[in-house]
Amino acid sequence: MLVSAIAQGLLWAVLGIGIFTTYRILKFPDLTAEGSFPLGSAVAVTAIVNGLHPLLAMLLAFAAGMGAGLVTGLLYTKGKVPVILSGILVMTGSHSVMLFVMQRSNLSLLNFPRVYDVFSFLPNYFDVVVVGLIILVGVISLLLFFFYTSLGQAYIATGDNENMARSFGIQTDRMKIIGLVFSNGIIALGGALIAQNIGYADVNGGTGVIVIGLASLIIGEVLFKEVTLGERLISIVIGSIFYQLLLLGVIRLGFDTTYIRIYSASILAVCLMVPQLRTRLNLGTLMGRED
Amino acid sequence: METLLELKQATKTIQNDSDSDNTILDHVDLTIDKGDFVTVLGGNGAGKSTLFNSITGSSFLTSGEIKLSGKTVTSMQEEKRARYIARVFQDPKMGTAPRMTVAENLLLALKRGKKRQVLPRKLKEQREFFKQLCASIGNGLEKHLDTPTGHLSGGQRQSLSLLMATVTQPDLLLLDEHTAALDPKTSKKLMALTNRIIHENDLTCLMITHRMEDALAYGNRLIVLENGKIKLDLNKEKKAKLTLEDLFVLFEEEKVEPAV
Repeated sequence: MLVSAIAQGLLWAVLGIGIFTTYRILKFPDLTAEGSFPLGSAVAVTAIVNGLHPLLAMLLAFAAGMGAGLVTGLLYTKGKVPVILSGILVMTGSHSVMLFVMQRSNLSLLNFPRVYDVFSFLPNYFDVVVVGLIILVGVISLLLFFFYTSLGQAYIATGDNENMARSFGIQTDRMKIIGLVFSNGIIALGGALIAQNIGYADVNGGTGVIVIGLASLIIGEVLFKEVTLGERLISIVIGSIFYQLLLLGVIRLGFDTTYIRIYSASILAVCLMVPQLRTRLNLGTLMGRED
Repeated sequence: METLLELKQATKTIQNDSDSDNTILDHVDLTIDKGDFVTVLGGNGAGKSTLFNSITGSSFLTSGEIKLSGKTVTSMQEEKRARYIARVFQDPKMGTAPRMTVAENLLLALKRGKKRQVLPRKLKEQREFFKQLCASIGNGLEKHLDTPTGHLSGGQRQSLSLLMATVTQPDLLLLDEHTAALDPKTSKKLMALTNRIIHENDLTCLMITHRMEDALAYGNRLIVLENGKIKLDLNKEKKAKLTLEDLFVLFEEEKVEPAV
């Protein structure tokens, strides 16, 4: 059970990192995630069912997510539609795209290959852990490389102080589109990983995923404050695992799993209130107490 | 003298649903020569900030024309114009990226108007230069190269903003009451630094200020804006004869007018 929760945490961390690149860096609450995540699942599962190699299927899922992000980005920057609404529009529209892709609302991967099969010689759940780690190392390395390029610095500056960025000639609209495109690509990749783990894709698979992604992010921030960008990305992974363990604990305590979403929401709500509680009660963090 | 900036009949009108249209810049004609250091005075709502916003492109004119080095830039985007025009804002928070370090901010500034590529940023190669640059202003900023600018004092942030605006020697420097948010002592120091940088680099500069002493002490030309028009435009010789009392009288008159 414990290894299973850790494996789940690693896979969901991909989603958390995707959300981080817009939510924390650009300070966008991007709701496209609830569309791009199941879209990634749908595209990957359909591709595998049609005989594509799982890795290629995941690449397609990544591209599909990028497409969703691009639409949101264009609506927001060129169409001047508020970013939350742009995300909601794309999220709603992607439901039909998924139905078109899968030609049904639910598609199973039963008896089809999955990316985890490469490590099928490992004990149960460990194959997922290994694949999750490999993907995370890849995604985090690429992101870190990007953040420390000239373009990446311009991207960070856009989220940090848009007016200032523009006054130095940074094309802020382009930065926002880049952010939304790659963020949703990563989120869709997360969707592809989860779908192969649970064995199916569902058009409604996106409901509530923002809460899960944000929970990883916020728990990571509550546990580790004042860290470098690289450490922050790793803290999201730890936060994601922590969150899955919390859920496991809740279920172990005998709560009815039918109502799992309210537990998810409650855990996130508590985590969001932690900074407030901490200042009130003067509690410390794992990394030491603030003065 | 070579002309750097030219405004022809520059007009900015804000449409108002309930009220009649509000004209903020009213057919302004203004020519700035290369190397000019112009101080700009004017009360609230005189159109100073709108003038600056129109020059940088953060807002566009309703009618009229803007030329920079002979090239029409009236509808050029702000990001493109940024290659030639630098600006320092009044609010110290506005000039820097708070979560990025001093060195990272300077690196962003060094790439003004250049293509930002997916190549390593090469911060280390510039560190020594940034250190010297920061040390040259004498407020200890060089010790904070790796501090996020959000943790700096207002004075340090404004001097950093000034360095960032001028490090690439822009064609035109716009200072928008950049010392107004600081305490008198820090403000004085920053003003002296500003003057030094402008002269050392032969920059062309427009400076909005509300401190009449500064408007008199610095620059070679003085403009007074009122109700979107240039009320007074003094060249070097006339400006030299102007006294603080003259300016006070000028602004007293303005106060008597009924507020709309």
